[in-house]
Amino acid sequence: MDILSNLALGFSIALSPWTLMLAVIGCFLGTIIGALPGLGPSNGVAILIPLTFSLGLDATSALVLLTSVYYGAMYGGRISSILLNIPGDEPALMTTLDGYPMAKAGRAGDALVISGVASFVGAFLATIGLMLLAPLLSRVAYQFGPAEYFALYMLAFCTLGGLASQNQAKAAFAAALGLAIATIGLDNQTGMPRFTFGNLHLMDGVDFLVPLVGLFAVSEVLIYIENQGKSSSLGVKLEKVTIPFRDIGASFGTMIRASFTGFVAGVLPGAGASLGSFLAYMTEKSFAGKNGGFGTGVPRGIAAPEAGNNAAAGGALVPMLTLGVPGSGTTAVLLALLMTLNITPGPTLFTDRPEVVWGLIAALLIANVVLLIMNVPMVKLFVHILSVPPGLLLPGVMMVSFVGIFSLTGSYFDLLLMTGFGVMGYLFRKIGVPTVPIILGILLGGHMEDALRRAMILSDGDVTYLWSSPIAIGLWAAAIIGFIAPMFLRPILKRPDRVID
Amino acid sequence: MLRTDRIFGVVVILAALAYIASAFQIRTSFLSDPMGSKSFPILLGVIAILCGAIMVLKPDDEVEWPSAGAFLKIAFATVTMIGYAYSLKPLGFLLPTAVAAGILSYLIAGRALFAVLAGLGLSAGLFLVFKYALGLGLVAFPKGLF
Repeated sequence: MDILSNLALGFSIALSPWTLMLAVIGCFLGTIIGALPGLGPSNGVAILIPLTFSLGLDATSALVLLTSVYYGAMYGGRISSILLNIPGDEPALMTTLDGYPMAKAGRAGDALVISGVASFVGAFLATIGLMLLAPLLSRVAYQFGPAEYFALYMLAFCTLGGLASQNQAKAAFAAALGLAIATIGLDNQTGMPRFTFGNLHLMDGVDFLVPLVGLFAVSEVLIYIENQGKSSSLGVKLEKVTIPFRDIGASFGTMIRASFTGFVAGVLPGAGASLGSFLAYMTEKSFAGKNGGFGTGVPRGIAAPEAGNNAAAGGALVPMLTLGVPGSGTTAVLLALLMTLNITPGPTLFTDRPEVVWGLIAALLIANVVLLIMNVPMVKLFVHILSVPPGLLLPGVMMVSFVGIFSLTGSYFDLLLMTGFGVMGYLFRKIGVPTVPIILGILLGGHMEDALRRAMILSDGDVTYLWSSPIAIGLWAAAIIGFIAPMFLRPILKRPDRVID
Repeated sequence: MLRTDRIFGVVVILAALAYIASAFQIRTSFLSDPMGSKSFPILLGVIAILCGAIMVLKPDDEVEWPSAGAFLKIAFATVTMIGYAYSLKPLGFLLPTAVAAGILSYLIAGRALFAVLAGLGLSAGLFLVFKYALGLGLVAFPKGLF
């Protein structure tokens, strides 16, 4: 049993007191980040990367800390969905549909416990799925040449643009913009400067952490300033928390099915956790039929999206670790983390750095148990955190962003650039241009251009080489379908409306 | 009909043209591959022009822009951040952070006393966390003041 011996290696790394402590801290921070409206997994992890880097943690420790934050944020998102009817992050949107009605019916505690257990089941099964699927996929990925990698990057951009946005042209523009930002700096192949306009600060290119924090965190604060006055207050009271064994038992089948759906959605590049929770909720809803009572506050309606969302979060790690192609905004942020730590995700990661991969997987399993413990008996503590006023929280987020970037480079230029990206992110969000493809473009731009140019060297300039192998043709076909199909599916896949008081 | 998307589409096209024009200015080296360093940027520029054209021809519904007052606030927040970026190094951490956090807090919550307290509290609290718990090398005050 390869997996068991690998897992033993992973636990031997992850079970040290130091890593355990990091996992607990990460889970705690992550749950808070997920619970606070306005701070989600992607911007939460984004503002923490520069700080982790400045702390000088080694690769495994930094990974354990930030993936615990990632998983924790997935758990935390449900708290404000249920109590405030405001999703703490985008994937938690579906949890409001049944979570808030149940909380209003005086069963807030039950809703939190059911969703906590569902999160655990989803995340646990997805981690098992990751263990089984990732090594297989990394073996396939060994066959990838530059042409296949180029097609794979196209697939990521196409599915992300197709599924995660409302307008293909805007998503494609966002991807092109991100890739264009990545071309700033010295050319990898010739060593000549490109688009630097004689500015020395731009010679090294744009550090991807700067647009990352700008687009995700700074723009969020600007959105908040615009919505000033519409502050949130606790809508429902949380009484004593007990464990509703009967409801958990009754919705167990739902959790398992939703985990499976969510995991598959998460593995697809570009789909991510939002699609996972959406699909899980919708399949369970049609499975239950009209008499299922979905939308009125039934346990299964809470279990399905939470299990789906957490399973998708685990599933999204599969393409990120094995192929270096993230499946969602947050995994794009985790990819940024790996690149900051000088780890190149891809098939070789599993053979060259087994301690990183298996340490990470073991850490995920540990984090999951820690999160279950934190989120069921200690859920009241996190509920108090929701009452932090935005007037204190968001300036804090801003200052942490600035100090994080400042501590990386110590240059005012990067801070100005970050502010610029923040304003740009705000305008883009108003216009409806998705920001995740920009980040993905900046992260993958260098690799994508290298793959294309290497393919052209191999084929001596023959473009048809890009789709000359069966794998490449399959990827191109999937990319085209992924980009075009949502145009027709959009009316069918319409999201249910939010519950309105 | 003039919509945000149409204006944005035109801006995208113009920016993409400028990008392509400067791509032609890239100096090539004698060590070059079949594609060279210009083709990829030019390709991106062409894609962006196509996207811009689609936005001009098929705009989405009009964006809900904030009121002039909210816009002014956002502009003010941006100026604050730019000022903060320039002052963080010469003036040390505590003073600019207190001012910037206070202004942002006021813009978000609209309560003056709360904003002053939030600014002071965040400045002192974050300094302690960054300097002593996380060990970042921050300077508290401008050099030569004490």
